[in-house]
Amino acid sequence: MSLSDRINAGLRRVPTWPLYAMGALPPFWYFYLGLTGGLGAEPISALEHRLGLLGLQFLLLGLAVTPLRRFAGINLIRFRRMIGLLAFYYICMHLLTWLVLDIRDPARIWADIVKRPYITVGMVGFLALVPLAATSNNASVRKLGKRWRQLHWLVYPAVVLGAVHFVMLRKGWQIEPLVYLAAFVILIVLRLIPRPPVVRRSARA
Amino acid sequence: MAYKSKLTWADVTPKQSWLNRRQIIAGASGLGFGAIAGPIAAAVPIEREPTSYEDITSYNNFYEFGTGKEDPSRYADAMTTDPWSVQIDGLVDRPGSYDLADVLKGMDIEERIYRFRCVEAWSMVIPWNGFELRALLEKVGVQPSAKYVAFETLYRPEEMRGTRSRVLEWPYVEGLRLDEAMHPLTMVATGIYGESLLNQNGAPLRLVVPWKYGFKSIKSIVRITLTDSEPPTSWNKANPREYGFYSNVNPEVDHPRWSQASEREVGAGIFASRIDTLMFNGYAEEVASLYAGMDLSRFF
Repeated sequence: MSLSDRINAGLRRVPTWPLYAMGALPPFWYFYLGLTGGLGAEPISALEHRLGLLGLQFLLLGLAVTPLRRFAGINLIRFRRMIGLLAFYYICMHLLTWLVLDIRDPARIWADIVKRPYITVGMVGFLALVPLAATSNNASVRKLGKRWRQLHWLVYPAVVLGAVHFVMLRKGWQIEPLVYLAAFVILIVLRLIPRPPVVRRSARA
Repeated sequence: MAYKSKLTWADVTPKQSWLNRRQIIAGASGLGFGAIAGPIAAAVPIEREPTSYEDITSYNNFYEFGTGKEDPSRYADAMTTDPWSVQIDGLVDRPGSYDLADVLKGMDIEERIYRFRCVEAWSMVIPWNGFELRALLEKVGVQPSAKYVAFETLYRPEEMRGTRSRVLEWPYVEGLRLDEAMHPLTMVATGIYGESLLNQNGAPLRLVVPWKYGFKSIKSIVRITLTDSEPPTSWNKANPREYGFYSNVNPEVDHPRWSQASEREVGAGIFASRIDTLMFNGYAEEVASLYAGMDLSRFF
């Protein structure tokens, strides 16, 4: 049994619901850290930043599921919905921190969305995720059929907008956000590598 | 114009007891204590408590040591600040390389509590120790043809890990118009809360221009040059659309990245709301006349 087979066998035994419960914890943990001085001198922006980053990391992890299966033989497909929903949840908390703890003033919030390009970009990315989160359930998959796949293609623009939002909000060209943007590009390029033609004869032999 | 404050923290409260100092500040504004404190306190009423020493020394932008806020406090120790000398040249009568001791000789070190507003929309209140820049400029003799002052930060890659990244062009440079440099509010800081400056705050000498965004207050200065033309400034070179030469704090001039209408007080905690940003960071009375007739949305 190869390593990837063993990993897959192990993963099959992992139930998803405890992972959902664990995935729900980080925002509360960060908030607690912010309350108790664990996020440094500026806890609001630290909270915003950590939640946004976690959301982006989970979005990228979601995009890594297919290449991981194809190139490493590791099958995380059972967890993909959870990864996507947790990413959406973290991004909601990120947005909520900005709205409720940071800006607070509805007029300024609207002005920021309209006038600051990085916020506009982030907001459009968030809006693209809303229908995806809303249809991440079995009933929607059945109901939408073929259109479900078409709809969920929206994840690509959503992730790229999230990564660009990160690049734009930093002063100057900083390395960290560019690494995330590069990770997105790599994950897309891996998808574009054509699959080798199926060789039927060897299958018979 | 005499712009001296005789009152220092040492007059008010024992060194090291910052908590007491803060209580006194809080009480002072209510008691009209500003009148005793002299022109500085009177002209610049600060209702806010000074930011804690810990926050001032652990939440910094000093990209030579990394772009993270904690990077300077983590890595700036590597910078050698002794010996230190400042090259003063250009349109001055007595150019040369001045040792730190020569720079400080005859300077009147006083304590001044200034607001400090970062372009990233966070702010602090900092009790600086230092002297007026104009005292140093007068010491070296400014020639009549000089119109600007250029400043340069130390650039020593082996001690400054952040300079390995090209996030900015090194060395960091800044500049002021001569009248801004000669303004009595403009100071060269040597300490905070009565302690010598820590490296992350720009030891051993840094500029403090309280009505401008923080990046104008250049740290760890190794060169001061008097010139007749506007000197280049680092953030302006990196992104001229976002960072102008003047970079005066101005809640009305929008920055494409951050709203400048309000700010977060560092150290105020997770439930604190933003406060309104003041024109010229609250120093309009003192400095607005420097910009009379200028379109501040063009010369931002």
